[in-house]
Amino acid sequence: MTRISSANPHRPDPVLTIDTAFFWAAADEGRFVAQQCGGCATLWHPPRPVCPKCLSKEKHAHDLSGRGTVMSWIMPVHPPAHGFDAPPIVVLVETEEGLRFVSNVEGIDPRQMKNGLKVEVAFARTKGGHQVPIFVPAEEI
Amino acid sequence: MANPGNEACIVGIGQTEFSRASGRSEQQLCAEAILAACEDAGLSPKDIDGAMTFDLDNSDEVDLMRNLGTPEMKYSMRTPQGGAGSVTTLVHAKKAVESGLCDVMVIWRAMNERSQYRFGQPHTAVNPKGLSSTFMEWCMPFGAQTPAAWEALSATPYLERYGVTSEDLGRISVLFRQNAATNPAAWFYGQPITLEDHQKSRWIVPPHLKLLDCCQESDGGVAIIVTRRDRARDLRQVPARLLGAEYAFLFNHEIISDFYEGDLAELANSVRVKERLTAAAGLAPHETNVAMIYDNFTPQVLRQLEAFGYCKPGEGKHYIADGHMNLDGKSPLSPNGGLIGEAYIHGMNNITEGVRQLRGTAANQVKHVETVFMCSGVAGAIIGR
Ligand SMILES: [Zn+2]
Repeated sequence: MTRISSANPHRPDPVLTIDTAFFWAAADEGRFVAQQCGGCATLWHPPRPVCPKCLSKEKHAHDLSGRGTVMSWIMPVHPPAHGFDAPPIVVLVETEEGLRFVSNVEGIDPRQMKNGLKVEVAFARTKGGHQVPIFVPAEEI
Repeated sequence: MANPGNEACIVGIGQTEFSRASGRSEQQLCAEAILAACEDAGLSPKDIDGAMTFDLDNSDEVDLMRNLGTPEMKYSMRTPQGGAGSVTTLVHAKKAVESGLCDVMVIWRAMNERSQYRFGQPHTAVNPKGLSSTFMEWCMPFGAQTPAAWEALSATPYLERYGVTSEDLGRISVLFRQNAATNPAAWFYGQPITLEDHQKSRWIVPPHLKLLDCCQESDGGVAIIVTRRDRARDLRQVPARLLGAEYAFLFNHEIISDFYEGDLAELANSVRVKERLTAAAGLAPHETNVAMIYDNFTPQVLRQLEAFGYCKPGEGKHYIADGHMNLDGKSPLSPNGGLIGEAYIHGMNNITEGVRQLRGTAANQVKHVETVFMCSGVAGAIIGR
């Protein structure tokens, strides 16, 4: 079940550019995706118009598992982050597929945050009604 | 060098005061800094035929010529990548004058970065035209909106791997402020700090960056004039020979948002610069007498120290604590107080200090300076007498 956070009603909307709109459109549907090359099947993030490995311009959105590990975490407290009622926990997550994403972790006390934390994707609503992928601590299996 | 007369030299340096509010336009700061550099060199603005600044600078060669009466440019260009581009300007200037693209090149950076705008405030606009890399798009909706946040996000794996504490970072800040305290041109002249002051300063980005880990955003202008050695002989100053100036930027890396490639505890671009620069200059950065190391934030100093070969990975904190970078140590660090203690003019005020150290005219003069190393992550240069 995909969780949707409304913790920050003023969270900035994503900015859609020609090469990246697919990522944010998928997030609006509750899908966490990355660009996959149509030529060599390599996954890339951030997206880019040409695959740097095989130079193909063919590409499509590939659904990711949504599971990953926190590589780095911070809490910007000053100046306050625009659009956030409280300082967010900002993370760099490496997904199981080996891609890295800047995102947030919600649902954890900052005192419990640590690099190496296992997380899974959730979504957060933005000011203009879009959704962006964030992460929560992974459920113990 | 096959033709020593052809070698590029820094022959003039100029700067305005560094302040909270300059009270005049950026274009005027640009003109004042260039005039000061011309005066220093013994050149007229009419001698300038090459111009370079940052792509972020709000003045251009049109303004420069219209203000200073420079009759004709042979070459002008702008360098990208913000403060990381500060030492890159020397790479371009060296090649430009040695190849004859131009004869007398002026480099400047002029900004009311304190009074008119501050880089440190949240950035919430993404330019959909994509004039630069799109990194902001991936950070902004998640609240990573400031250089301090981006820096902390990329530095955390390094800091945690090697157990670098806030006190370790604080000692770097204390050193910069100690140097600034006896530099009359510094924002923090007469205002040294203790490690306790650093520890008590407010959090900017926990768990690593406090207020006193951040550079001092300032208004001001800096200019540097580069020409060939044969021309330099007739000028006023002892020329600062550009023994080497190198730039390296590797696949899938970014500048301050360098999150996506490789081991984040290493600065791969800087390691590459060190290799090329050592070959070009004939000596390594740690063999020089003064280290001008880009200090937008304290962690950046440690990571560059290691990448540029001053010490092994993880040993940067000890290198500082053991006093090697004090004014009387083997590699004094930014005797002007650096960007944390003197001012943040996007890195360029560290270059002018390097030249003063070589000339022997600095406020905090290191003894017997033969060579100086300067770096800004993706670029490094060594100047010599
Ligand atoms: Zn491909």
